[in-house]
Amino acid sequence: MILSVDIEKKTFPTPDGGERIVLEGLRFSLAEREIVAIVGPSGCGKTTLLKLIGGLDPHFQGRIAWGNGRLPRVGTVFQEPRLLPWRTVRQNVELVLPADFPAGATEQALEAVGLSNQRDAYPAQLSLGMARRVAIARAFAIEPEIVLMDEPFVSLDASTAEQSRGVLLAAWNRRPTAALLVTHDLVEAASLADRILTLSVGPARIASDVPVPTELRRKGGEAAAHFVAALREAAGKRAAPA
Amino acid sequence: MIASDRAAGVRGTNPALPVRLTSLAAFLILWEIVARLADTRVFPPASRVIARMWSEAVSGPLPLDLVITLGRVAAAFAIAMVLGTAVGLAMGSWRKLDLLFDSWLTVLLNLPALVLIVLIYIWFGLTEAAIVFAVALNKLPTTAIIVREGARSVDRGLVEMAESFRIGTWPRMRHVLLPQLYPYMIAAARSGLALIWKIVLVAEILGRGSGIGFRIQVYFQLFDVTGILAYSLAFILVVQLIEWGALQPLDRLAARGRP
Repeated sequence: MILSVDIEKKTFPTPDGGERIVLEGLRFSLAEREIVAIVGPSGCGKTTLLKLIGGLDPHFQGRIAWGNGRLPRVGTVFQEPRLLPWRTVRQNVELVLPADFPAGATEQALEAVGLSNQRDAYPAQLSLGMARRVAIARAFAIEPEIVLMDEPFVSLDASTAEQSRGVLLAAWNRRPTAALLVTHDLVEAASLADRILTLSVGPARIASDVPVPTELRRKGGEAAAHFVAALREAAGKRAAPA
Repeated sequence: MIASDRAAGVRGTNPALPVRLTSLAAFLILWEIVARLADTRVFPPASRVIARMWSEAVSGPLPLDLVITLGRVAAAFAIAMVLGTAVGLAMGSWRKLDLLFDSWLTVLLNLPALVLIVLIYIWFGLTEAAIVFAVALNKLPTTAIIVREGARSVDRGLVEMAESFRIGTWPRMRHVLLPQLYPYMIAAARSGLALIWKIVLVAEILGRGSGIGFRIQVYFQLFDVTGILAYSLAFILVVQLIEWGALQPLDRLAARGRP
């Protein structure tokens, strides 16, 4: 086990001086090389959860424990690509590399996402899909022990998103790590993850924890769509008697 | 026209150059004509001023005065930029600090340059350090206010990115934070240069026995308008050279990656 999350409570202050509970009683763990998708409607606290796990926000009640006792090397893919506009693609990746990394690390990372030819372009010259792939290359370039992804393919058209998922899986296959994927898209979750956690709304708790059947994992396309259809049907049956 | 177009084409970077040169020539010609029509000792034509500037530069004290004044400008400019940027960055980053010192900045900003210079001369004496300090203090608040605006507009997302990838403090400053502030710092530098050299002249008139300001005061007492304009023109030319040689290359640096 590389990560165990136990968040008792996370609140945000409201404008009228009170506080709003965003996350409550949220527990799950993550094994090595496991990809877990966290699915929930937008605004339910998914991004907040990732920030807590990534150590960007220490203000919460509860515990986030790492397998080796310290915050490991985290590669993050944000909702927006968050590339520095004044640095080229290559320079953007180089900036995050630890000093002791070999010189070829950047090239390899860009090759893995199929962007070797764009290495000297500035982010403004890239399409959104390409910029997202640079962000993926950057997250994997540091040889992370865990990758945190926050809606990495949101606002891409269906075929670009499908292609980007392929790129992500290729990068992951080169160097499998534990990964958390936050998304609102069940099909995306089903095509990438080993397990799907569904969050409820306000405050967010884990509503369901469903493993993706081994034979369907990382197949994408048809397989994922079928699995999601089955999931929805089961959810419908559960909801029907209530 | 054809020759200057070709020159611009060779340079490739500045297609506006012919327009600028034509505009400048028109200004000089207009000055020449009006002055010749007026035909008075207190408004000499451009040609006489330029000739005087040349003779002062070749055989007069102009080069030495220019160097002395430029030295004061450079020292005051450096102090105002470094301190002003630090203050602006701090105030733009921490709200409490901003609340605490905002009114101080307003006081300093609205204190007339002349009052500040006179007070500092009285308190610290007519020394070289006093003039540099007085001028720097005049420019500091505007630099701080412009940079504060920049610090407030820093992209939180990029800062968070730097944090999540654990980029060290110095590379984070240099590659993530400062590039976002460059446009503001260049704006502060540009307005600062224009402001500082004017204030340096005032400070020189009030309390120094050297520099362009001192020389202008001497010519004022002699009622020598040609001399006054020759010295002013020389300094304007130098400042324009600094704009071309230093500020515009910085502009290009700050524009990296913009479509």
